Amino acid sequence: MIFASDKPRLRFGIRPPAVVWVPAALVAVAMVLPLVYLILRALEDGWAEIFEVALREKTLAVLFNSVVLAAVVTAASVAVAVPLAWLTARTDLPGRRVWATLAALPLVIPSYVGGFVLVSMFGPKGFAQEALAPLGVERLPEIYGLPGAALALTLFSYPYVFLTVRGALRGMDPGLEEASRGLGSGSWTTFLRITLPQLKPAIVAGGLLVALYALSDFGAVSLLQLDSFSREIYTQYRSAFDRTPAAILGLMLVALTGAILIVEARTRGRMRYHRSTAGSVRPYAGATIRLGRWRWPALLFFTGVVLLALVMPVGVLVFWLVRGLAAGEPLRLLWGATFNSIYVSGLAAGVAALSALPVALLAVRFRGRVAGFVERLSYLGYALPGIVLALALVFFGANFAPRLYGTLVLLVFAYAIHFLPQAVGATRAALLQVRPSVEEAAQSLGRTPSETVATVTIPLASSGIRAGAALVFLTTIKELPATLLLAPLGFDTLATSIWIATSGAFFARAAAPALLLVLASALPMYLLVIRERAK
Amino acid sequence: MVYSGRNEELVGPIIERFEEESGIDVEVRYGETAELAATILEEGRNSPADIFFSQDAGALGAVADRGRLQELPEDALRRVEERFRDPDGRWIGISGRARVVAYSTETLSEESLPHSILEFTDPEWRGRIGWPPTNGSFQAFVTALRLIEGEETAREWLEGIQANEPRRYADNLAALEGVASGEVEVGFINHYYLYRLREERGEDVEARNHFLSNGDPGALVNAAGIGVLSSTRNSAEAEEFLNFMLSEEAQQYFADETFEYPLIEGVQINEELVPLSEIETPNINLSNLDDLEGTLELLRETGVL
Repeated sequence: MIFASDKPRLRFGIRPPAVVWVPAALVAVAMVLPLVYLILRALEDGWAEIFEVALREKTLAVLFNSVVLAAVVTAASVAVAVPLAWLTARTDLPGRRVWATLAALPLVIPSYVGGFVLVSMFGPKGFAQEALAPLGVERLPEIYGLPGAALALTLFSYPYVFLTVRGALRGMDPGLEEASRGLGSGSWTTFLRITLPQLKPAIVAGGLLVALYALSDFGAVSLLQLDSFSREIYTQYRSAFDRTPAAILGLMLVALTGAILIVEARTRGRMRYHRSTAGSVRPYAGATIRLGRWRWPALLFFTGVVLLALVMPVGVLVFWLVRGLAAGEPLRLLWGATFNSIYVSGLAAGVAALSALPVALLAVRFRGRVAGFVERLSYLGYALPGIVLALALVFFGANFAPRLYGTLVLLVFAYAIHFLPQAVGATRAALLQVRPSVEEAAQSLGRTPSETVATVTIPLASSGIRAGAALVFLTTIKELPATLLLAPLGFDTLATSIWIATSGAFFARAAAPALLLVLASALPMYLLVIRERAK
Repeated sequence: MVYSGRNEELVGPIIERFEEESGIDVEVRYGETAELAATILEEGRNSPADIFFSQDAGALGAVADRGRLQELPEDALRRVEERFRDPDGRWIGISGRARVVAYSTETLSEESLPHSILEFTDPEWRGRIGWPPTNGSFQAFVTALRLIEGEETAREWLEGIQANEPRRYADNLAALEGVASGEVEVGFINHYYLYRLREERGEDVEARNHFLSNGDPGALVNAAGIGVLSSTRNSAEAEEFLNFMLSEEAQQYFADETFEYPLIEGVQINEELVPLSEIETPNINLSNLDDLEGTLELLRETGVL
């Protein structure tokens, strides 16, 4: 089948069925809430204040820093993640399944832990400096500022690209690569001319998650001292108790997100990626590429990344724990908090996956302005720092939904708004690989649209939907600002336990919950990778 | 319900004791002081909170100025020195925290340190200073500096320190860590972090506190305090909570466990601490430190923030 036209082809009839557009519209309304809040607050002191804040020299510097940070972190993440994904999915790398799990795991390290570890390792008089001092190294390159913040964010967010690209590699029609090789192209040519172009949507989707995460994250930029939007917004709240400048900065961040989404839309283009033959996913059975001598540099690369992004932070946590135990601190295993963390993150993952489905369906199957707009809207909550989103929901919750305020419902709602794009991106990528004609066939055989979605679309896209849910789970479990303000009272999670310990300077006490957080996240991560074997 | 900007590890045990003794059930939301202040303002009259337990006077002032705190009973107010409470009686200090210069014992001795914070602008301190410019206690100190020494001196001081290329830290604790690890040699922070770090790490923390003298603004004593929300429906219970926190038992707890200064008479402080009466603190009322806006403006103009 050849698609020559750029015109959208409508699949479920002329208009999207109610089962798709009603939930999508509800999601869109939910997404607008933080924006409405920001506009209300920004206008409080009038337009003059808006111009005054927006045109401050400091604000422009912050804008510049944020743009550079997002660009550097995204580029570096793609550069690290694509080779890793390709090596684990296509080659005979020894222990590739183990490496795949290890390479995905840094995602579970909260940036406020990872950033701290980076400073204690590479800061002046850090572990690395002490270790190198006998060799005559008197000063390591400066860790504070852009290099350190970019390093920290890359190390702990490249897995977004790794997971989406690896998923796409596994879901890709192997026929194309087989044909390429059959026609005499080498591995390298096949990768460049066939594989890489097919991976573009996955790279862009993962890259977008990384870029926007870099904008919203507060932990890394505050510990590594880079004045980005999120740090400046926190500064406004923390020191001025003034919500108006913070809201103005928040709106500028929204505008920046919009600009990034426009760039993304241009790169995304209108290519189609589903296979033209069978509708079911065939596991990749093509020839595994033999690395030969190249496996040594490949293994070295993996070892380096895993050492920096995983072994180092976990090692420092274990060191804190042991030092604390040696000093007589009791070992506190927080089972209640662990359960709460898993429970609420699981709920958030489920709600986000369910809400993402109509949005992604609308975007993939009914390509139009409205559909595209709704999908882009879902990214809005993601780029905002958690505190902005949390205060928006405090405002709406306390004043318009007092019954829900302070309940788990509002907290899960906050998580879903915050992390929805992770689910939308993965679901969308999976839907792109599902051939619409299968859905058309189901409908011509008498299925209603909702039956078609339930019995055909969801099963075919299930790997993407589950991957999206897993991503939301992993990000939710380490979320802090919204959890602090919106969780029901007494609902301790691992993230809040870490915060309580570190903000009171009790590092030994922070180590146990931090390690539990890593363990609790490792399980879904393991399932995400191991599940593939069953296919 | 209490909104506590103070850490659970620090105030959790004393709140539990209050529950046991009074039979009143207390629910606590813990968070950062400033974020809880913003939350109270966002919630407006629908706030479920009865009490705001704040790290510093500034956040209480901000909430009070927007009419969200009610006047406290006279007999509670009278127990605490005037400088540690709101003149309009809308909040009251519970425990005191002194500004100090933490110094690295590896490279410095107490005798080699200046008596005034103003002397740190000397070029000899270039590259040796750490400070937390976004921290509330630090900013309160800058406000005090403006009040005591005047706007011009404060500006010159900030510019002078800036010229010495200080290292910026996220908070007091990070600055103390910087001093203890030798990243910097002196840090402008609050007094109690040192004692907590020593409790966890033992005596080998390579830092000590230096108290400035002669009413220097660098020796400002600020207070963590309590306000009762005007929208509370549990005024009686809130008052009982307030009275308990001002009781000898609770004050003794703060002195022993959090290494802060009790603010009522007749409580024994930790022997490692310099007594509050011996700190040559500047003679100003904390509620006069309300021009945070001006301080932020100055910090921005001098490029500190």
